[in-house]
Amino acid sequence: MKCTPYKQEIKMTEELMNRINELMSHYPEDKKKSALLPILHEVQDAHDNWLSTELMDKVAEILQILPIEVYEVVSFYSMYNQRPIGKYMFEFCHTSPCCLKGTEDLMDYTCEKLGVKVGEITPDGLFEVKGVECLGACGYAPMMQLGDFYKENLTEDKIDQLIADCRDNKIILHDK
Amino acid sequence: MSKKILLDKINVPGIKTYEVYRQNGGYASVEKAMKEMTPDAVVEEVKNSGLRGRGGAGFPAGLKWSFIDKKSGKPRHLVCNADESEPGTFKDRYLMEFIPHLLIEGMITSSFALGANLSYIYIRGEYMWVYKILERAIAEAKAAGWLGKNILGTGYDLELYVHCGAGAYICGEETALIESLEGKRGNPRIKPPFPAVSGLWANPTVVNNVETIASVPWIVNNSGDEYSKIGIGRSTGTKLISASGHVKNPGVYEIELGLSVYEFMNSDEYLGGMSSIRPLKALVPGGSSVPILPADLIYKTANGDDRLMTYESLSDGGFATGSMLGSGGFIVYDDTACIVRNTWNFARFYHHESCGQCSPCREGTGWLEKVLWRIENGQGREEDIDLLWSIQSKIEGNTICPLGDAASWPVAAAIRHFRDEFEYHVRFPEKIKNRNHFVAEPFEKVKHLVSKVIV
Repeated sequence: MKCTPYKQEIKMTEELMNRINELMSHYPEDKKKSALLPILHEVQDAHDNWLSTELMDKVAEILQILPIEVYEVVSFYSMYNQRPIGKYMFEFCHTSPCCLKGTEDLMDYTCEKLGVKVGEITPDGLFEVKGVECLGACGYAPMMQLGDFYKENLTEDKIDQLIADCRDNKIILHDK
Repeated sequence: MSKKILLDKINVPGIKTYEVYRQNGGYASVEKAMKEMTPDAVVEEVKNSGLRGRGGAGFPAGLKWSFIDKKSGKPRHLVCNADESEPGTFKDRYLMEFIPHLLIEGMITSSFALGANLSYIYIRGEYMWVYKILERAIAEAKAAGWLGKNILGTGYDLELYVHCGAGAYICGEETALIESLEGKRGNPRIKPPFPAVSGLWANPTVVNNVETIASVPWIVNNSGDEYSKIGIGRSTGTKLISASGHVKNPGVYEIELGLSVYEFMNSDEYLGGMSSIRPLKALVPGGSSVPILPADLIYKTANGDDRLMTYESLSDGGFATGSMLGSGGFIVYDDTACIVRNTWNFARFYHHESCGQCSPCREGTGWLEKVLWRIENGQGREEDIDLLWSIQSKIEGNTICPLGDAASWPVAAAIRHFRDEFEYHVRFPEKIKNRNHFVAEPFEKVKHLVSKVIV
C-alpha cells in the first residue's frame, strides 16, 4: 500500500495530539492498541474525513503498532474513508424500514438536484450522496447522517434547505 | 397507563443533566448497593428479577453474571453493548440520548456486583453525538464522586469509559465487540471460552445490552421480586419497543411484557394504528433477523390465542407460525410493501455486514442478495425460490456466530409465508418493473393471477 493516488497533508496539531493522548489513557498501559478505533475517528475528522496510507502509518507510529494493524482495521469498518470524499456527505440510510417511508425516491430527488449519481462527488467537491446500512433511526425515516449528526424525518423541502445551508457554510459537521 | 421503570422520568425537564437526575432519585441504587449490600446480593436480586438480556437473545442476565470467573484473580470487566445496529431497532439510542445517567448508574451498580474496576460502554460510531453526551455525563458523575477511587468511602474503585465503533453490525455480537474494543477487526471468536472466562484482554468479562443494564437500578432499589411481578411468566419486567414502518406513531415505547400485540398496534397510547387507510400486511416484531409474520398470525397465534408481547407468545408456533421478541425492533408493513423487495433489502444488509470469516455466511449472503435481486427485478426463474431455500438452509447453524442464522431466518420466513408473492415476481416480470409496484396495485388484487398459471 505504498502508492496512493491522492495526496493528503498531515497535520497532527497539538489539540489533536492531546485528544489522542487522552483517548489512550482510557486503556491499561500495555493495551494502548485498544484506542485505535476512537483515535482513527479523531484523526479522520481533522483531515477532511479521510485517511491516506501516510496518515494510517502515522497512527501506527503513535500507537507503536504495525501499519498493517491499522490498514486491516480501516478496511473493515465502513466509517473510515480511504479516499477523499465530498465535504458534505449525505449518507442516507437505505435499509428496509427507511425504504418503507420513501428513502429511495428521496435519494433520487437529492441526486437529481445535485446532478450526481450515488457515490459521486459534485465537481465543486462539496457534496456526495451515499446509501448506507441501518443507522438506528428507523422510526424517523427518511433520514441521513451528515457528519456527527442525524437529519431525520426528511422531505424534499428539507433536502433543499439542507443543501442551501451547506452552501452557506451553516452546517456543523463535528462536535469537538 | 402501564408501568414505566426506564422512561418514567424521561419527560422531567433537564433529566439529561446530573443535578436534575440526582434530585429525582438518581444514583440511589449505587448508594444502596455499596452501603447496604454485598456484590453477591446484587447478583441475587438480578437473578430473582428474571431480567432477560434485552439485546435480542433473551438470556437471563443474573445467570450470565453468575458465570463470571472470580476465582482466577484476573481483573474483571463489564462492557455495555451499545452497538445497536439491528434494522428496526433504535431504543438504546433513545435511552442514552435522553437519560444518559440511568445507563451510567446501571453501569456503576452492575460493575460493583461483578467486581469490575474498569468498564466500558461500546457505542456504535454513527451515534457520535450520543458518544459525546455519554462522555460528558461520565465526567459529571466522576466529578460528583460516583466514579474513581474509593467510591463512597467503600474502598471500591471504578473507571468507566465510552468507546466508539466505526460502522459494523457484527460488533453487536459480544465476542466481535470485544475484538473491536481491543482495536481489531470485528471478527467473532470461537466459543468456548466464553467471555465470562476469557473476554476483554483475556480477562473475565460480561457484555450486556444498554437496556439490560439500565434496568438494574430499579431492581436494586425495589428488589428483584418486585420486578418479577411485572410481566407474565418468564417474561418479566418492561421492554422498550422501537416501532417503525407504516404506523401512525412510530417511536420508542416502554411496555409491560404481556401487553397484547393488538393493543400495542392500535391503542392511542402506543402506535395508534396504521399510518394510512391501507391494511396491515405483515409484521417483523423483533428486528430484521426474526421471522416475518403474515397478517393472519399477528394478533392471534396459530392456536387462536391472543398474541402477546412476550418472549414466549411471539415465538409460539416456532418458526412455522411464530417469530421472536428479539431486540424489540417492531417493523410494520401495509399492503404497499413488497415482501420480495424487503427480503432482498435485508439480504443486502447481511451480505454487507458479514465479517467474512465463515464461508457459508460470506458466500451465502452474497448469493441470497443476488438471487433475490434478480427476482425483484423481473429476471427470476421458477427454480430460484427453491434455490433460496437451499442456500439459507446451508448457512443456518454452520457459522461461528449467529449472523449466519440472522441472515437465513428472514429469507426462510418470507418464502414460508409469502411464496405466492415470489412466484408472482417470477411469472409476471412486466408487472413489477416499477420499484413501487404494489403501491398502485397491491398484491391482494393480483394474487389470483398466480394460481391461474400452470407450471
